[in-house]
Amino acid sequence: MDRVADPVAVVRPAVSWSEPVAFVVMTALFVVAPAFVYPVFLMKALCFALFACAFNLLIGYVGLLSFGHALYFGWAGYVSAHAAKVWGLPPEAAIILGTMVAGGLGLVVGALAIRSQGIYFAMITLALAQMMYFFALQAPFTGGEDGIQAVPRGKLFAVFDLADQTTMYFFVLAVFLACFLLIYRVIHSPFGEVLKAIRENEPRAISLGYKTSRYKLLAFVLSATLAGVAGGTKAIVFQLASLTDVHWSMSGEVVLMTLVGGLGTVFGPVAGAFVIVSMENYLAQFGQWVTVIQGVVFVTCVLLFRRGVVGELANLLKIRL
Amino acid sequence: MFEIFGIPSQALFGQLLIGLINGSFYALLSLGLAVIFGMLNIINFTHGAQYMMGAFVAYLLLQHIGANYWWALILAPIAVGLTGIVMERLFLQHLYKLDHLYGLLLTFGIALIIEGVFRNYYGSSGQPYQVPALLQGGRNLGFMFLPNYRAWVIVFSLVVCISTWFVIERTRLGSYLRAATENPALVRAFGINVPRMITLTYGFGVGLAALAGVMAAPIYNVSPLMGSDLIVVVFAVVVIGGMGSIMGAIVTGFALGVIEGLTKVFFPEASNTVIFVIMAIVLLIRPSGLFGRAA
Amino acid sequence: MRRLFAIAAVGLAALVALFAAGTAHAQYTDGVIRIGVLNDMSGLYADLGGQGSVFAARQAVEDFGAAQKGMKVEVVGADHQNKPDVGSSIARSWIDRDKVDVIVDIPNSGVALAVNEVVREKNKVFLASGPASSDLTGAKCSPNTVHWTYDTWALANGTGKAIVRSGGTTWFFLTADYAFGHALERDTSAVVEANGGKVVGKVRHPLNTNDFSSFLLQAQSSKAKIIGLANAGGDTINSIKQAAEFGIVKGGQNLAGLLVFITDVNSLGLQTAQGLIMTEAWYWDMTDDNRAFARKFSAALGGHYPTMVQAGVYASVLHYLKAVEALKSDADGKAVVDKMKELPTDDPLFGKGTIRADGRKIHDMYLFEVKKPEESKHPWDYYQLRATIPAAEAFRPLKDGGCPLVGG
Repeated sequence: MDRVADPVAVVRPAVSWSEPVAFVVMTALFVVAPAFVYPVFLMKALCFALFACAFNLLIGYVGLLSFGHALYFGWAGYVSAHAAKVWGLPPEAAIILGTMVAGGLGLVVGALAIRSQGIYFAMITLALAQMMYFFALQAPFTGGEDGIQAVPRGKLFAVFDLADQTTMYFFVLAVFLACFLLIYRVIHSPFGEVLKAIRENEPRAISLGYKTSRYKLLAFVLSATLAGVAGGTKAIVFQLASLTDVHWSMSGEVVLMTLVGGLGTVFGPVAGAFVIVSMENYLAQFGQWVTVIQGVVFVTCVLLFRRGVVGELANLLKIRL
Repeated sequence: MFEIFGIPSQALFGQLLIGLINGSFYALLSLGLAVIFGMLNIINFTHGAQYMMGAFVAYLLLQHIGANYWWALILAPIAVGLTGIVMERLFLQHLYKLDHLYGLLLTFGIALIIEGVFRNYYGSSGQPYQVPALLQGGRNLGFMFLPNYRAWVIVFSLVVCISTWFVIERTRLGSYLRAATENPALVRAFGINVPRMITLTYGFGVGLAALAGVMAAPIYNVSPLMGSDLIVVVFAVVVIGGMGSIMGAIVTGFALGVIEGLTKVFFPEASNTVIFVIMAIVLLIRPSGLFGRAA
Repeated sequence: MRRLFAIAAVGLAALVALFAAGTAHAQYTDGVIRIGVLNDMSGLYADLGGQGSVFAARQAVEDFGAAQKGMKVEVVGADHQNKPDVGSSIARSWIDRDKVDVIVDIPNSGVALAVNEVVREKNKVFLASGPASSDLTGAKCSPNTVHWTYDTWALANGTGKAIVRSGGTTWFFLTADYAFGHALERDTSAVVEANGGKVVGKVRHPLNTNDFSSFLLQAQSSKAKIIGLANAGGDTINSIKQAAEFGIVKGGQNLAGLLVFITDVNSLGLQTAQGLIMTEAWYWDMTDDNRAFARKFSAALGGHYPTMVQAGVYASVLHYLKAVEALKSDADGKAVVDKMKELPTDDPLFGKGTIRADGRKIHDMYLFEVKKPEESKHPWDYYQLRATIPAAEAFRPLKDGGCPLVGG
């Protein structure tokens, strides 16, 4: 029976040269990109890339499909927006607050969901996220259908004025790179190895003495927290927090991004996020067909293209990405 | 009459009856899902879209060939069931060897496609569909006015649910099905065509969804969006009942309909979250659901 | 090498001079007036605005005679999918990258409020012919925005007052449990009570509820004469459909739709929707000009007839073009809107009217009742007029809105 991820069955060293090189290339690309590409589009893609990387941590490296990840993304956005707008907190504090709330939610949902396996796990995360969606709809502070609007961007560390697009962009890029490096470090650590062991064969990991539920919970909380960073940052960038970010279709989108990019690869979610965000951007004029095309992409990837863009590339070049 | 918690008992009985009616939709839909998951180990995310297709086929049958509700009850499940069979043959069968999650993702993608296509052609405001002439009107039961159509819904769903349960749990065909899921190789060795049984079972489950759709058409808005929000609730129902259990899905469906109905009376704002709250509680106590077998 | 450079510089200077001379008579940003029609093209409000609004905008440009006057006008459309973030991103990139000068329509209040901020920040123009929120001319009013067609106050006032005056004195509210539903209920209750009516009960249902039987049962047992539907979209359609099933109208109670459009009546069918009372700003079958527009519209849009939102797009674009022509410039959004407020409005669809200081367009509102199936003689013949609410009474008084633009 095939596993959900790690399809690149190539014998490889613990840390290959390809990943650091790819990281340098990626960073360089992002640094020069705003000169050629609309920065707001790039920032949107970066926030979603971070969201997808956080999601990938769970499914690619622990083998758990969380179908309600929008919960952390969206609620961090709400909290950050509220903190920046109503409490007047500076952007870094607002984002941190949002992240902490996302982590807390991750802890609660994780504790409930970890007891179950596979499909049950996915369904529970979906249902709990849906419950929080309804709560967001009705709670007065979220602004319901209107969302929280006109969120001030503020001054970062009281020095950098984030109203300037370029400053904002580099802040978002810095946040993205920092979290990306964190994920990379987690994956390539002893903790990460245990996670992979759990993904491969949980009973065996238990028999080796690892308290797997604790590891899974910790990974879940980490994933939720990083999704929260993405959500909080996005709220500040777009100065808006809305219901879209907590709806289950957003959870579906992040799954799509990771699937298209490549489950279980480090750079896959980044590529996937860019592909999907670009596609939505381009197709906005044909509004009606976006859902259909997303569905087609889903089906094609699941049937024919399970490794995703980056996975196929890595397989072709026989390197690890 | 006497009052319970400030609500006159008449109103309460009325709400209980309505809860039972809603419960029949939940029961029918979760029955289809439970059959498909119990027999095939596939999470059929397309269920909501197939429910919607059932309602649309009923509408189209009326629009284009003037076939009324009673014809639709028979034809729509067959038509949509056939599309389900095609889907299974073309796509799903390749995924049985893989992790179950791929099946979930595939059916999710197909649901997006189906809903997107219908939305493009029909917009989202909905199509008119009337209650069939035979079932119009209602009778005054004293504590409430019960539309005849709603009474029909309860009765018919109960009949369908019980017969399905009976076929699967008490007949030989059902026993072949159950054996085939537990040990396909052995059952094949006995000469039974397992792949065909799986395909037909999937078609049957899809047909049940479409049947629920036809029954919903006269009373709920026939729109391409009608399945997508309902499906998450139905998944919660199936999880509570236990994913593989047929009787669990039926009982839980009706019970949750009643509970939701009561919530609408006492605490209406929470009526769409109560099912998820119950799900969280049930899972804390019994991780495989109320009637489920341990995964 | 240096020679080449010198020649290039001279050539460039010449080109610039030529260009400047050529466009000196009218300073349109990059020479084109670009109109962006932003609405829901694939979801719940696609029939209300959608491609129909794009047609209406194009028709307005044609009727204005832009080509004959030497003005280059382009119309583009996009789908905001009812999501405020999608809407505000499109608005932003339209203004930043595509040089769109004016954004029109937006039948979703959440998106409209978001775009309102973007347009204010970038000093362009927003012609809000689609959204309902009365905040657009209230607390969130902007010197760059004109709110055409209708708003929640006008609907509450029209429906509430007119119904109470005609005998519907006791009300029960069926409210969607979110900010918009609450606002509708609150505004209408205030009007009902101010006119001598009484609110005997209310129940709040979650948004996107499928089944209203339980709530309708409560409404029935309240014995109120009027059941006010403070909800929108699919919820309204489901409530009306199921109310018919439970024999509510037959039992002597009437339904009052607080936010119902002709497209909703179309999807319900007259059999179910008959007797429904609502307020709209425009109906295609009221004047010959309206009918003429509707004929062109329906020919282009597969038999659909225009809604008040689409009519509002036509009228607002027409008035905008008049203002831009008078100013000879579309660059300064606030200046254009000021001009639009200065010039009285006059178009084939809404007739004569004005735009107030808070951006509110003033015109008559109409109370309609949905016809019985046997009364309807031709396609989309759905309404009969019950009352006209004169413009002076139809909208919230200027001083009550809390708009910072209004002096005093």
